[in-house]
Amino acid sequence: MNFSITLKIWRQKSEFDTGRFVSYNLDHVSPDMSFLEMLDTLNVQLEEKGKETVAFDHDCREGICGACSLYINGEPHGPDRGTTTCQLHMRRFKEGDVIYIEPWRAKPFKVVKDLVVDRSSFDRIIQAGGYISVNTGNARDANAIPIGKTKSDLAFDAAACIGCGACVAACKNASAMLFVSAKVTQLSILPQGHPERYDRVSKMVSVMDQEGFGNCTNEGECEAACPKEIKKENISRLNREFIVSKVKSAFSS
Amino acid sequence: MELNSKIPDGPIEKKWDKHKFDVKLVNPANKRKFNIIVVGTGLAGGSAAASLAELGYNVKCFCIQDSPRRAHSIAAQGGINAAKNYQNDGDSVYRLFYDTVKGGDFRSREANVYRLAQLSVNIIDQCVAQGVPFARDYGGLLDNRSFGGAQVSRTFYARGQTGQQLLLGAYSALSRQISLGNVDMYPRHEMLDLVTVDGHARGIITRNLVNGSIEPHAGDAVVLCTGGYVNVFYLSTNGQGCNVTASWRAYKNGAAFANPCYTQIHPTCLPVSGDHQSKLTLMSESLRNDGRVWVPKNKEDKRRPNEIPENERDYYLERRYPAFGNLVPRDVASRAAKKMCDDGFGVGAAKTSVYLDFANAIERMGKQTVEAKYGNLFQMYDRITDENPYKFPMRIYPAPHYAMGGLWVDYNLMSTVPGLFVLGEANFSDHGANRLGASALMQGLADGYFVIPYTICDYLAESLGKDKIDTSHASFKDGEKAVNDKLKKLLSIKGKRTADEFHRKLGRIMWNRCGMSRHKDGLTEALESIPKLREEFYSDLIISGSGEELNQSLEKAGRVADFFELGELMVRDALNRNESCGGHFREEYQTENNEAMRDDENYSYAAAWEYKGENDAPALNKEPLEFEHVHLVQRSYK
Ligand SMILES: Cc1cc2nc3c(=O)[nH]c(=O)nc-3n(C[C@H](O)[C@H](O)[C@H](O)COP(=O)(O)OP(=O)(O)OC[C@H]3O[C@@H](n4cnc5c(N)ncnc54)[C@H](O)[C@@H]3O)c2cc1C
Ligand code: FES
Repeated sequence: MNFSITLKIWRQKSEFDTGRFVSYNLDHVSPDMSFLEMLDTLNVQLEEKGKETVAFDHDCREGICGACSLYINGEPHGPDRGTTTCQLHMRRFKEGDVIYIEPWRAKPFKVVKDLVVDRSSFDRIIQAGGYISVNTGNARDANAIPIGKTKSDLAFDAAACIGCGACVAACKNASAMLFVSAKVTQLSILPQGHPERYDRVSKMVSVMDQEGFGNCTNEGECEAACPKEIKKENISRLNREFIVSKVKSAFSS
Repeated sequence: MELNSKIPDGPIEKKWDKHKFDVKLVNPANKRKFNIIVVGTGLAGGSAAASLAELGYNVKCFCIQDSPRRAHSIAAQGGINAAKNYQNDGDSVYRLFYDTVKGGDFRSREANVYRLAQLSVNIIDQCVAQGVPFARDYGGLLDNRSFGGAQVSRTFYARGQTGQQLLLGAYSALSRQISLGNVDMYPRHEMLDLVTVDGHARGIITRNLVNGSIEPHAGDAVVLCTGGYVNVFYLSTNGQGCNVTASWRAYKNGAAFANPCYTQIHPTCLPVSGDHQSKLTLMSESLRNDGRVWVPKNKEDKRRPNEIPENERDYYLERRYPAFGNLVPRDVASRAAKKMCDDGFGVGAAKTSVYLDFANAIERMGKQTVEAKYGNLFQMYDRITDENPYKFPMRIYPAPHYAMGGLWVDYNLMSTVPGLFVLGEANFSDHGANRLGASALMQGLADGYFVIPYTICDYLAESLGKDKIDTSHASFKDGEKAVNDKLKKLLSIKGKRTADEFHRKLGRIMWNRCGMSRHKDGLTEALESIPKLREEFYSDLIISGSGEELNQSLEKAGRVADFFELGELMVRDALNRNESCGGHFREEYQTENNEAMRDDENYSYAAAWEYKGENDAPALNKEPLEFEHVHLVQRSYK
């Protein structure tokens, strides 16, 4: 059964303008629509009336690219756990619902337009050290170093991060610790990542701080909001790695 | 136009080694003098940009997403092939080569495919070294699964997120080069034109998608890695941003477009459920390892699937292809599903899907094992359809998925425009008329990590010492003007219908006339209806907002405009090819058992189309395909 809803959407012309909520009524919403398809429908209606469409990031619509990033009724990616905005379906809502839609709110993610934000700070954190320095052609046979299944599964769980930024949006301190810890965990568990292990963590954390992300005060909101259910144990691991890196650099200097 | 494939001579196993020795080199000091433009950051672009920068070239890299990590390669699920033979099940470079040529229905270039199979093994090594967490067994060694069109297990995977993990590997290598200052990265930039000077590719024109500014970029070579074009069908498994624009504008600047009608329709996708739908979600081919495809034997059977007893089910793939069963290649599986539905055996309310059933697998391995193998796919299915696939079989139907066609390239991956290289899904090279599962990731990474770093030298070495061209050259001004004019034209129409609506209509024509099966009559009709719809597009399109800001409607309109022109070329190509092969199935040309019937005598060539101007028909150039190693036979998977 199709139904009608009211949307309160954050509209902001550009980084340099102030934004505000604008209200829209939308009829004939099908429960089988995805949340983004619902917004597509709104956009078609706006465009046909010659009004500016609502800008939002999206691409794969399968929960893997990390582009979609909506703050829905006060929750990053909306009410379903372990689900990105693009995988949220309208059957989760009902006739008469009022739905607030905002961009990620965090100082390091400035609004580009409407619901689109700038997450390039995440790229810069990875550029600081979120890699293994191995040039093309320098690799040994893939089976030369066996890696126990438990270990490799653990590395995979952390590597599943899609870099959407929900963890930051959920955190009252706008901390990026879950994001950074996921990469640090993946590369510190795998033997291939060991040579740069401590250098990596110290560089990544330092850029994270420079970009203006806040401290982690153990609220756990990041874990609850993460669409890939990345665990906050990774943050503990990051802290341990970071301490060791400090100790090591103290001894070597 | 001359098509020189530049295939090295000598025995097939030695060609690549010999070629690597024969190509000209650029010494390290000189590499720094070259600026290379890489468009795209998927597996092909990400790996190419990183590897070229590692060698010392100055690289500028572009993508349309907000971060290079979000290229559509990220969505690949199932896996990547490599002839490692870790399973000791008889795999070899030669077998991977053979399977790929056969799987492509004998419409690819042997030498390229052989090289691809050779390089496959290096890819896995490289990725593991980067920290890609491939699936492993309890002994800590890499695990494999099987994919369609093969009888060995050679597919490496990282749960159902192989593309993500491989892309993050390439992205990390790229990030490292960005931090070292060897790559300038331009996210949210769309290439809208190729700039040529004296017939050579010398740069591109981009639009900054955030503020709309039109910018020229000059380089000594341009490497296009902009992905595939099956979004021409509107509904497909591709991401919303996938488009043909970069390739198309290159085509209009002289790059031949090869085999545009070779598109892959993937057998296991979620069926269309309503008009609001924006994409068709893929259910990885890996599911066919354990899932069984069936329909009820009785057309009128209205029972729920679980109530239909074994002997009243038709496992039609197992019945028709006992040797390969559910693991026949994609084109074969898709057509078989279409046939069952066309004949009235489809299931679901509209009878337009077939079952993919895991009941046996769950019984055999236990729910837990099935969950470990396919959990994320099952969850995705459940979310979209609100049905539990552990309890009821999935309902699936074929959907547009991959483009085997693309810009024509020679053995060096260079197009017919000197200095313009094309990698990954954007080129036409290795998959003939049908791609085998898990081979696109392999090709994208082979092209980017291991082919282009060698072959680009051959071209660059020639331009050493020649005058550098910069963006003050008149060709760049012309390019900017052309781009601006095109955008203004779209913005000034001020009609009533959105680009999305036109796209949907175009997609319907393409799907009905040039989709899973094609017929001369339908194709001829499409050659009239597409231009008609395009005329309406240019008189009744509406775009809100301006060109000087982030404007997603404008982006979409530009891409749809190019899809119209590509669509027409696809139809022309399909009409020209009076045979059936791989994904190109002409109803007039089929065997008694409804299999594709090739005509090797007349169509054993790659069709490379050449742009001849706005008002002229494109010209057809033929690259004859010669088969020295693989015997041309009617494909059989029985
Ligand atoms: C759902 C799905 C699952 C798949 N699963 C598998 C699998 O399991 N195994 C397998 O082998 N293959 C699989 N494939 C196929 C495979 O993923 C793709 O063919 C491959 O990843 C394409 O890589 P690419 O680098 O050529 O292009 P893409 O990854 O599509 O990258 C294109 C790049 O070009 C950029 N770009 C495009 N146009 C422009 C422009 N005009 N200006 C600037 N930049 C531009 C984009 O931003 C992007 O960075 C799958 C495909 C899909 C859709
Ligand atoms: S659109 Fe890709 S994760 Fe949502």
